[in-house]
Amino acid sequence: MTGAARKLDGLTQWLLPLGIIAGWQLLSSVGFIPGRVLPAPTDVVLAGWKLLLNGDLIKNIWVSFWRAIVGFAIGGGIGFALGLANGLSRRSERVLDSTLQMVRNIPHLALIPLVILWFGIDETAKIFLVALGVFFPIYINTQHGIRTVDAQLVEMGRTYGMTPSALFWRIYLPGALPSIFVGLRYALGIMWLTLIVAETIAASSGIGYMAMQAREFLLVDVVVLSILIYALLGKLADSTARLLERNCLAWHPAFQKS
Amino acid sequence: MTVHLLRQFDDAARLAPGAVQHRPSRGLPITAQWVAKSFGDKHVLRGLDFHVHGGQFVAVVGRSGCGKSTLLRLLLDLDQPTGGRIWIGNENEKTDRSAVRVMFQEPRLLPWASVLANVEVGLGANRHSGEARNRALATLREIGLEDRRAEWPSVLSGGQKQRVALARALVSQPRVLAFDEPLGALDALTRISMQRLLERVWLDQGFTAIMVTHDVSEAIALADRILVIEDGEIGLDLRNDLPRPRRRGTAEVAELERIILDRLFRDATVGEDA
Repeated sequence: MTGAARKLDGLTQWLLPLGIIAGWQLLSSVGFIPGRVLPAPTDVVLAGWKLLLNGDLIKNIWVSFWRAIVGFAIGGGIGFALGLANGLSRRSERVLDSTLQMVRNIPHLALIPLVILWFGIDETAKIFLVALGVFFPIYINTQHGIRTVDAQLVEMGRTYGMTPSALFWRIYLPGALPSIFVGLRYALGIMWLTLIVAETIAASSGIGYMAMQAREFLLVDVVVLSILIYALLGKLADSTARLLERNCLAWHPAFQKS
Repeated sequence: MTVHLLRQFDDAARLAPGAVQHRPSRGLPITAQWVAKSFGDKHVLRGLDFHVHGGQFVAVVGRSGCGKSTLLRLLLDLDQPTGGRIWIGNENEKTDRSAVRVMFQEPRLLPWASVLANVEVGLGANRHSGEARNRALATLREIGLEDRRAEWPSVLSGGQKQRVALARALVSQPRVLAFDEPLGALDALTRISMQRLLERVWLDQGFTAIMVTHDVSEAIALADRILVIEDGEIGLDLRNDLPRPRRRGTAEVAELERIILDRLFRDATVGEDA
């Protein structure tokens, strides 16, 4: 493929979304879609610009972003650590795994009433829910990744005199990495989902709060703006994870340039 | 007269500096004393007793399930015998692990490490020094894959992967090299060129080689001595003094092959007739 053709190929994926926005703008402009139901894209951009100028937009995005990151770091960190432990040690798995599997079957969003009773509507509640939601995909995929590392490679490492720490860093961890990335991307999706729900139900700041407040004043453009920001943040997180994946798994046949 | 001259020439070649020489002193001896292994009621090995001199090339031949791979696992300390003993080097001295290397049927390369880094795995703890890198590069050059050093193993062919695995085994200059059907998964032509490569490095480095294989012609092409294992016991212990490099299809090779195959199929023929 030539450079120009490749560039054109990269642009193709943007055709449909751009077309949808153009059609939306057109239908709004001719009055087919009433502004109370769905404001025109230009109105949404205008609302965003206003909120950007008075500082509300940046503040709320930052608050949501911070909650997401902290919750992800806590839940993902614990999930990763337990996944490694239960993947590497049968004893640890016997003690912990069945309990964790039981807890996993509780939808974490069902805990919202309880969490509000425990923590009120301050930061702890949101971070707790995000951490809980993120924990399981990371835990399960890390454990699965370690478990499915090629036993023949481990045997090779042992016969070549690798120490336990060398075995971990050179064989177990890189071998589990593809599966860990699956968990990571899945967890990022859950992270935003949990945050949206939590912020919509119980919050006094953040994008979800911004949307709910706008609803009370019938500011449909701000509601649509909030939804679009969530979509954008989600896409950003996923793209970052994919970039990381491509770099860390460059050895994997699935990621090699043909 | 001609024969005499040839012999003189041969001697001169052997003594010439730089010529390929076999140094038996480098290889460590292997001793098995009535070594036995059973898994529950199943007696896989029923007492093997043999001694391999340092620098010898031994092939262990047998039908599948005869316990030849188990023997190798016992030798490599991957499993413990249920009876008897097997050791490398001196009986009461623990042999340094890096002196014993193994080549598996699969290459078992780390897919996330470059070809060069995979060879450096063979150097164990010393692998981060510059000297280690140079040794790994030198070994790659010896097996003819130096220009592929930066690539991932997944882009190599089966034969190339197995050559990298050989380099990994050779880089620590082992004194015993064990092969577990290392060429079993390769196509016929790649096998032959790999056999030549194995013979060349063995002659060059003088390690003790013990190769488990079910391919009788491969055993004849490479080994000084062929152990045929039947029902967990040594059924046949053959010397193979054919001059190297050995040519395929000569009468001596065919005769040796016939003896071994007859032995291996002694019971099977009866079974098939019945």
